[in-house]
Amino acid sequence: MPADIFVKRRNDRLLFFAALSVLTVGSIVITQYDVAAGFTSIGKAFVWGLSNFYPDAHAMTKLPEVLQKLWETILMSVAATTTAALFAMMLAMVGSRTTRINLLFSIFARGLASVFRNIPLVAWAMILMLAFSQSQLTGYLALFFGSLGFLTRAFIETIDEASTHAVEALQATGANYSSIILQAVLPSSLPQMVSWLLFMIDTNIRDATLVGLLTGTGVGFLFDVYYKSFHFHEASLVVIAIVITIIAIEMISNSIRRIIL
Amino acid sequence: MTQISQLPGSPLLEVNHVKKHYDGARPALEDISFSIRKGEFVSVIGPSGAGKSTLLRCINRMIEVSQGEIRFEGLSVGQLNRTDLKKLRSKIGMIFQHYNLVERLTVIENVLHGRLGSKSTLAGALGRYTREEKQHAMELIATLGLAEQVYQRCDRLSGGQKQRVGIARALVQDPKMILCDEPIASLDPSASRIIMEQLKRFSKEMHISLIVNLHQVDVALKYSDRILGVNKGRLVFDGGPGDLSPERISEIYGTESTGMKARYAS
Repeated sequence: MPADIFVKRRNDRLLFFAALSVLTVGSIVITQYDVAAGFTSIGKAFVWGLSNFYPDAHAMTKLPEVLQKLWETILMSVAATTTAALFAMMLAMVGSRTTRINLLFSIFARGLASVFRNIPLVAWAMILMLAFSQSQLTGYLALFFGSLGFLTRAFIETIDEASTHAVEALQATGANYSSIILQAVLPSSLPQMVSWLLFMIDTNIRDATLVGLLTGTGVGFLFDVYYKSFHFHEASLVVIAIVITIIAIEMISNSIRRIIL
Repeated sequence: MTQISQLPGSPLLEVNHVKKHYDGARPALEDISFSIRKGEFVSVIGPSGAGKSTLLRCINRMIEVSQGEIRFEGLSVGQLNRTDLKKLRSKIGMIFQHYNLVERLTVIENVLHGRLGSKSTLAGALGRYTREEKQHAMELIATLGLAEQVYQRCDRLSGGQKQRVGIARALVQDPKMILCDEPIASLDPSASRIIMEQLKRFSKEMHISLIVNLHQVDVALKYSDRILGVNKGRLVFDGGPGDLSPERISEIYGTESTGMKARYAS
């Protein structure tokens, strides 16, 4: 008689939690991380933040400069994301099971996307800095490559999910490749692709701050300068401006999504 | 591309000793031969996984056969180059279980997709249709009872309505034959009846040959001129509805469900 499925499920669960506990405790022991001190210092950091990390009257005079750098950062993110989306679309057409021209190109496109996606953004920025030094272009390219990898993957899945059936029908009518792409694949998958694009713009504005810190551009660099020169009030102004911007952009993209989907 | 071999009275479609193997697995089709005349309504019945779908897709070469030959209007389907294959496909409509529409587009746009096989590359890619094509599509939509939904998006339609859009898309091709892959498997009984009656009517009025994969024996008996029975990739029955006795049905479906299938057929 086969083992009771309920007993098996319970044992699986117990095993899973045991493994998880071993991993957690093991990691803490090996890294000699003090859990108690870690949690109590959160409180201290909070208190310090409240007493030092807020924009005062003097900091507010820097607002125009902060906004200008922020605007630069936003524009760079949007530019990097939209151009990446264009190239990602082409790679996705070649990579998707539904629309691929042949298997070899498909594997190549998927591989390329995977490499781009799996190199961390910071690594991209560091590598590109060797070639382009600290400049807008470095930041732009770092965001571009990261987005290209992610969007290609997302677009491939969108195409395969949204248009496989319709593509089969159009192939059966004798339609040629360009008709199938323009009349079936794009109408089925474009809204979902735009939704991914908006998500990527959100993410990239956040990441652009970090990249700017490394490449010496945009609002991230401004934060770095203020922070390292102990101008905490100005630094806090930068953080607040970024948070408000990201929330605003998220709200805008959510409402666009509601309309198109 | 002459049609010399197309003699008067010769069949529209000939399937000769067709075999299909997918790698490794047991053959999907084993030595299948039959032919179909112009305007004939032929149902293909058999258990799930018997190879009905594969058989249908071999005819318009959505799937390549491993051995044997399929001739449509005297032309060997397997020998056609890309251009001629598209020309062939434009003469053969196809209807699917899951309708296979572009759900976000309107009814008229989906119906006009049936014209893409007969258009130039540029006109097809840009979706530019002639006045006559639009007129024809509109008439078909009206005939199928969808006049009010012409400009509605297909994701707003019921299953039965979607399948009627599928039929209109096939008819707008001016096809010689329509392949129907389980056209009513996702529909309720009343929508199924409407779809089958419309298929029957168009087959008669426009002299279009129909090959319909079905898993309802009673439906096959009611509408077909001829029935093909497929089991495990083999053609085990080829005859009129009158010849399909309960014993033959249980042969097609395998012995274990004799009682049930016999009741179905009566």
